[in-house]
Amino acid sequence: MERARKWVQGVWLVLANGYWAFPWTKTIYKGPMKVICSPGLNCYSCPAATVFCPMGALQQLLLNVRSSIAFGQYYFGAFVLGSIGMMGAVFGRFICGWACPFGFFQELLHKLPSRKFPIPNLLRWLKYFILLFLVILFPLIVVNDVGMGSPWFCKYVCPAGTFQAGIPMLLLQPELRAAVGWLFINKLIIAISFTVWSVFSSRPFCRTACPLGAFYALFAHWQLIRLQLNKENCTNCGACHKVCPVDVKFNETPASCECVNCMRCMTEACAFDAISVEVAGFPVFGPDVGKTRSPLISGVLGRIRRRKPADMNPNP
Amino acid sequence: MRKKIKLRRMPFILLVFFLLLWVVGVTLNEPSRVLEQAKTICLSCIGIG
Repeated sequence: MERARKWVQGVWLVLANGYWAFPWTKTIYKGPMKVICSPGLNCYSCPAATVFCPMGALQQLLLNVRSSIAFGQYYFGAFVLGSIGMMGAVFGRFICGWACPFGFFQELLHKLPSRKFPIPNLLRWLKYFILLFLVILFPLIVVNDVGMGSPWFCKYVCPAGTFQAGIPMLLLQPELRAAVGWLFINKLIIAISFTVWSVFSSRPFCRTACPLGAFYALFAHWQLIRLQLNKENCTNCGACHKVCPVDVKFNETPASCECVNCMRCMTEACAFDAISVEVAGFPVFGPDVGKTRSPLISGVLGRIRRRKPADMNPNP
Repeated sequence: MRKKIKLRRMPFILLVFFLLLWVVGVTLNEPSRVLEQAKTICLSCIGIG
């Protein structure tokens, strides 16, 4: 399963960054596919990016909201929020575990041999602060003389933007190098810090600073597809704790906002068939499949069983 | 023994809500604005300038 997940992550990385003509064009992809929302964090100023980043697009719409209203256009981010909201309602943080290029990057770094360290639990709240203030409120409220805000998260924090767009654009367009200042140095330090931290701790950016992860985490209790704990089978042996890349104790908090739904607890750890994947309450993958009966299915089965053998004759 | 399970409705409510929000965005012509932004390199957004 872990190998399949790596393949899925690789496929998403390639799909979201499939414009490979940039070394010749020296610029970003400008085609119609850029109206499609990237499920994971993937900078749309990356020369290879074929889709838009929901966090970048949301900030751009919010910082421009005053001028758009002045021109009679009401761009407040409904399209972007609708796009990521639908993905969140169906998959939640499965996207973090299976489709985020920056999460994949951190996972690969964490495979480098080194001593590993846990991340303090308190730091997980930082990502919600970043989502609320740097992505939503500051672009909307902190404005300049002409009523325009700034994309605070992209401008001051986003390490994906530095690696995917900042550095490649400086390489592709040498004339931009003169414009490099403290802002870029600051972002470079943040990006390098998260890179080094990823070697020693698992997915530090996802767990402490990713606003998109924070948004998807809000769906943890209600997402359509999710992991389910079968308490009758669980022995509280703690095997699921040991394999979890984000230090979730699945038997204690099965709908944890921190869980990236990598499914390692189910496929690699649990020996008691206590974890399964369910869709809207119905097990679809794992040990519980076939052991449950929905009201709809039981009603249909009941009717079939009540019918007389003569009624079942295929050749009347 | 087979367990009887209950359909969770909340995911569908959320899905419909965000689908409506998405439709509102499309109606307001937001995708064209998003596309316009996505085709432009915002240098200060990527830490340059």
